[in-house]
Amino acid sequence: MPGEAQLLPGTLDLLILKAVSLGPLHGYGVLLRIGQISGEALLIEQGALYPALFRLVRQGLLKASWGTSDNNRRAKFYELTAAGRRRFREETEGWNRLARAMTSALAAEPEEI
Amino acid sequence: MRLLAWFRSVAAKFFSRSRAAVELEEELRSHIQLRGDDLQRSGLSSAEAERRARIEFGAYQKHKEESHEALGGNFIETFIQDVRYSLRVLRKSPGFLVAAVATLTLAIGANAVVFGIMDGLVLRLLNVPQAESLYGTEYGADPGFQSYPNYLDLRDRNHSFEDLAAFKMVFTGLNTGSNPVSSAGYATTGNYFDVLRLHPYLGRFFTSADERGPNSAPFMVLTWAFWHSHFQDDRTVIGRIVELDKHPFTIIGVAPPGFHGTLLFVSPDFFMPIVNQQQVDGENLLDARGSTQGIFEAFGHLKPRVTLAQATADANSVGAYLAKTHPKEFGQKSVLLGRTGLASFDGNVREFTAALMLLAGLILLAACANLGGLFAARAAERSREVALRLALGSSRARILRQLLIEAVLISIVGGAAGLAGSVVLLRQISLWQPFPGAALHLPVEPDAKIYVFALAMALVSGFLFGIVPVRQVLRADPWEIVKAGSSARLGRRVTVRDVLLGLQIAICAVLVTSSMVAVRGLLRSLHGNFGFEPRNVMLVSNNLAMAGYSGDQVPAMQKRMIAAIETIPGVASVGLVNNYPPLVYTAAFRARVFRETTADLKPSNAAANPFGYAVSPQYFQAAGTGLLAGRDFTWDDNKDAPRVAVVNREFAGAIFGSPSGALGRYFKLQDGTRVQIVGVVENGKYLSLTEDQAPAFFLPFLQAPAVQSFLLVRSNRDPQQLTAAIRNKLSGLDAGLPTQIDTWNNFLDVVMFPARVATMALGVMGLMGAMLSITGIFGMAAYSVSKRLRELGIRIALGAQRTEVLGTALGRALKLLAIGSAAGLVLGLLAARVLASIVYGATPRDPFVMGGVVVAMSLLGLVATWIPAQRALSLDPLILLREE
Repeated sequence: MPGEAQLLPGTLDLLILKAVSLGPLHGYGVLLRIGQISGEALLIEQGALYPALFRLVRQGLLKASWGTSDNNRRAKFYELTAAGRRRFREETEGWNRLARAMTSALAAEPEEI
Repeated sequence: MRLLAWFRSVAAKFFSRSRAAVELEEELRSHIQLRGDDLQRSGLSSAEAERRARIEFGAYQKHKEESHEALGGNFIETFIQDVRYSLRVLRKSPGFLVAAVATLTLAIGANAVVFGIMDGLVLRLLNVPQAESLYGTEYGADPGFQSYPNYLDLRDRNHSFEDLAAFKMVFTGLNTGSNPVSSAGYATTGNYFDVLRLHPYLGRFFTSADERGPNSAPFMVLTWAFWHSHFQDDRTVIGRIVELDKHPFTIIGVAPPGFHGTLLFVSPDFFMPIVNQQQVDGENLLDARGSTQGIFEAFGHLKPRVTLAQATADANSVGAYLAKTHPKEFGQKSVLLGRTGLASFDGNVREFTAALMLLAGLILLAACANLGGLFAARAAERSREVALRLALGSSRARILRQLLIEAVLISIVGGAAGLAGSVVLLRQISLWQPFPGAALHLPVEPDAKIYVFALAMALVSGFLFGIVPVRQVLRADPWEIVKAGSSARLGRRVTVRDVLLGLQIAICAVLVTSSMVAVRGLLRSLHGNFGFEPRNVMLVSNNLAMAGYSGDQVPAMQKRMIAAIETIPGVASVGLVNNYPPLVYTAAFRARVFRETTADLKPSNAAANPFGYAVSPQYFQAAGTGLLAGRDFTWDDNKDAPRVAVVNREFAGAIFGSPSGALGRYFKLQDGTRVQIVGVVENGKYLSLTEDQAPAFFLPFLQAPAVQSFLLVRSNRDPQQLTAAIRNKLSGLDAGLPTQIDTWNNFLDVVMFPARVATMALGVMGLMGAMLSITGIFGMAAYSVSKRLRELGIRIALGAQRTEVLGTALGRALKLLAIGSAAGLVLGLLAARVLASIVYGATPRDPFVMGGVVVAMSLLGLVATWIPAQRALSLDPLILLREE
C-alpha cells in the first residue's frame, strides 16, 4: 500500500504515549488514534499493540482501569502517569533532535561540505 | 526485607496468575469486539465482522503469550512449568535418576567433608577475640624460644607484639578427692588470658600480678568442658583446693565455653601459672635457658600496622642477640611465626588438607564428566523430542533452560543428600577420640560455611554437566532428525563424550593409584623395622611426681616397680625408659653431643644432634632392640659409677666410623660430662615413621633420673590379664600412683595416626574413583551398544563372530579405558611423590602398585562392560531388523 511507513523499532512506545497523552483510551482506541493522528500512514498489527501496552504499564508509564466504551462495551482504559508524561516529553525531544539531525544530514548538498 | 518483598510479589504474581490471565483474555476479546462493532457499522454481517476482526488482530496466541510475558509473570511461570516438566521426565527414568543422584551425593559429600575438615583445621581461627592478628613462634627441635628465659627476652625485647604470652603442656595427677587421676593442662604465663582478651565464665583468671617468683601462684582455671564434665557445673567450685601432683592449687575460675586452649588438636583440662611448673614437672625449667621443654609456643597480637614479615625479622634479631649473648644455650637459627594454635602443625596439616581438597575436587570433576556424558547421551536419545519441540515453535533457549533445570535439580538433590551425609560424618569426626589418655580436639563441627559450600558445589556441578549437551541441542536440525530418526549418524571422530570419559578414567586412575600407594605404604610401615619389636609389649606410663616422689626416692621407687613386675608369672623381661619410649606420643628428646676433643661446647661445634634416652638394664631386651656390640647396662651403672652410654649404629658410624670402632670411646654431653660408649644397638625409628635415620644414644636411668617414665613389660600373656596383674602389683607398692597401661602397638596409634588417616582418606577416595569409573564406562558402553543395535544386528546377520561384535560394540570404551588408565597411572605415580612425606614407605616405584593399578582398572573395565557386552551378544538380528 503506498503511503504506508514501516515503524522504526522503539517508535511504537512513543506513538502509544502520544496517543494516550491526548486523553484516556482503550487499546482499540489507541490504534484508532494513532491511525488518525498519523494520517493512516502508520500500520500496526492490532495484536502487537498489547505487549507494548503492558510493557509500558509495567514500567509505570501508563496506568490502566476498567471502564465502559462509547458503545457500552467493557474495556480497559489507559492514561499517562506522571512518570509517563515526563518520559513522553523526553522521548519527544529526543525524537525531534534525531529527526532534525537526520533531515539536515539527508538534505546536505555537495557544495555545503 | 527487600528479598522478602520480592518473594511476596513473585508469589502474588504466581497465585494471581489465573486472574491476570483472565483479565488479559477479556481485554483482547474486548478489542476484537470493538473492532467487530466498527466493522459491523461499516455494513458487514455480524459473523463476517467477527471473522475479519479476528484476522486483523493477527496471531492471537502469539500476542497473548507476548503480552503475558510483558506483564512480567511469565518467567516464573515458564520456570515452574519447566521444573514440573523436568520432574516428570526424570521420574520416567528412575535408573538414570538414582545413578546420577548417587554419584553426586558421593562426590559432593566427599567435598563437603574435606572442606569441613579444611575449614575446621586450617581456615578457622582460634575461638578468641581478634584471632586474626594472633601469631606465635613455631615449635622447633632446637632450644630457641622453647625455653622460659628466652621467651622472657623475646617478650621484653621485641617491638612487634602488643604483649607476648606463652604456654606449655603439663601432665599431672589431679586429685579432687580420694585418688589422683591423670590430667592434662597448660602451664601458662600470667598474661595468657589478657593476651587472648578473654573473660572468665566464672570467678577470675590469674594475671601477671599473681606471678611473684617460682611456685608463688598455686591457682588453677578450669576449661568449661572439664568443669562441666568433672564438676557437673558446680558453681561453688571456685575457691576449692585440689591437688596437682600432691601440691595444693586453688580453683579460681572457669574459662568461657568455646575456649579449648591455644592448640588446635589438644584440649586441656585446666590452666595453671607457669611460675608453678616445677611442682608438676618435677624440675625447674624457669631458669633453664638451654631447655627445649620450657615453652611450647609464645604468641601475641601483632601491633597495628606491623606485618608478619616485620615481626619475623624482629623476632630473628632478638634471636641473633640471644645467640650472641648465650652461645651455648641458644641454638635456633631462625624463627618462623605462624598462626597461633597451628604453629607447630601448620605446614603438614595445610599441605595434607590441600592435597585432599584437590583429590576431592578431582572426584567431583570426574563425577561431572560422568554425568555430562550421561546427559549428552540422554540428549542424543531425546533428539526426536527436542526436534519436535523446536518444530512446534519452542525456542532453543527454552529447551536448553529445561535441560539445565533437569541437571540442576539432580545436582541439588545430590548435593542435599551429600551435605546431610557429610554433616553426620563431620559430627562423628569432631567427637572422635582415637587415643585413650590424650584429649584430641578436632574442631570440625559443620557450620553455615559448609552449607553454602555444598550448595555452590551442587550448582556449579549442575551447570558443568548440564552444559555438555548444549552444543548438541543448538546444532540440532529438527527436519533432519524427525526424518531420519535418532540413530541418524555414527561418526568415527572423537566426541565430547569420549574426551569426558577419557578424562574421567584418567582422574579415577590417579585416585586408584594414590590410594594404592598409600595403602601399600601403610602396610609396609606397620610391618617395617622400627628398631624394636612392639608386639607382646605392654607399656606402663607413670609419673612419680603425681604421687609426690622426688629426688632419690624416684629411682628407688622405679627399681621397686621393675622388680615387682618381674615377679609376675609369664613376664619375660621388664625395662624402663624415662619420658617416652620411641614413637610414643611423637615425643622425643634431642640432645647435642660433642667429640671428646671439643673444648668450646657451643651449638655449632656439636658432633651430632641425636635422640637421647635414659633406660634401665634389660630395656633393650624388653624392647626387642638388638645389641650389636659391647654390653647392656647393669644395675651397677649407677650415679657413683663412671658415666657410660649405649649408642645406635648410626651414632657410632657418624662419629667413630664403625660400630666396633666406637666401643670404649668417649663423647661429651652439653654439660661437659665425658661418657664412655659400652655398647652399640641397632638403628631404629624414634620420633616419626617418616624420619630419616637419626643417631641415638642411651644413658643408664640411674645416672639420668626423671620422674616420668614408661615401663616396658614383654610377655606372651593376654594383655587384659597382664594389665590387671600389673595394676595389682603397682597398687601394692603405692595405691595413689596413677598409671596408664596399654599395649605398645596401641600407643603407636598416635604416631601412625597421620598415615592411617591419610590412607583411610585416600582409600575412600580411590574407592569412589573406582565406582565412578565403573558407572562412567558402563554408561558409555551401554549407550554405544543401544545406539548401534541395528548395525550390530546386521553384522550378526551377516555372520560376524562374537569377538568382532564385541569389538564393534565395546572397542571404543575399552580403548578409552586403556588410554585413560595409562595417563592416570603416570599422573598418579607423580602425585605419589607427595604422599611419600606423609605415608612412610610410600614409593611410586613399586611393581606391586603398578601391577595393582593395571589389574584394578582392567577389573573395573570388565565389570563395567559386562552387561552391555551380554546385551550385544544376545542380540537377535531378526527381531531387531523387523522392529526398526
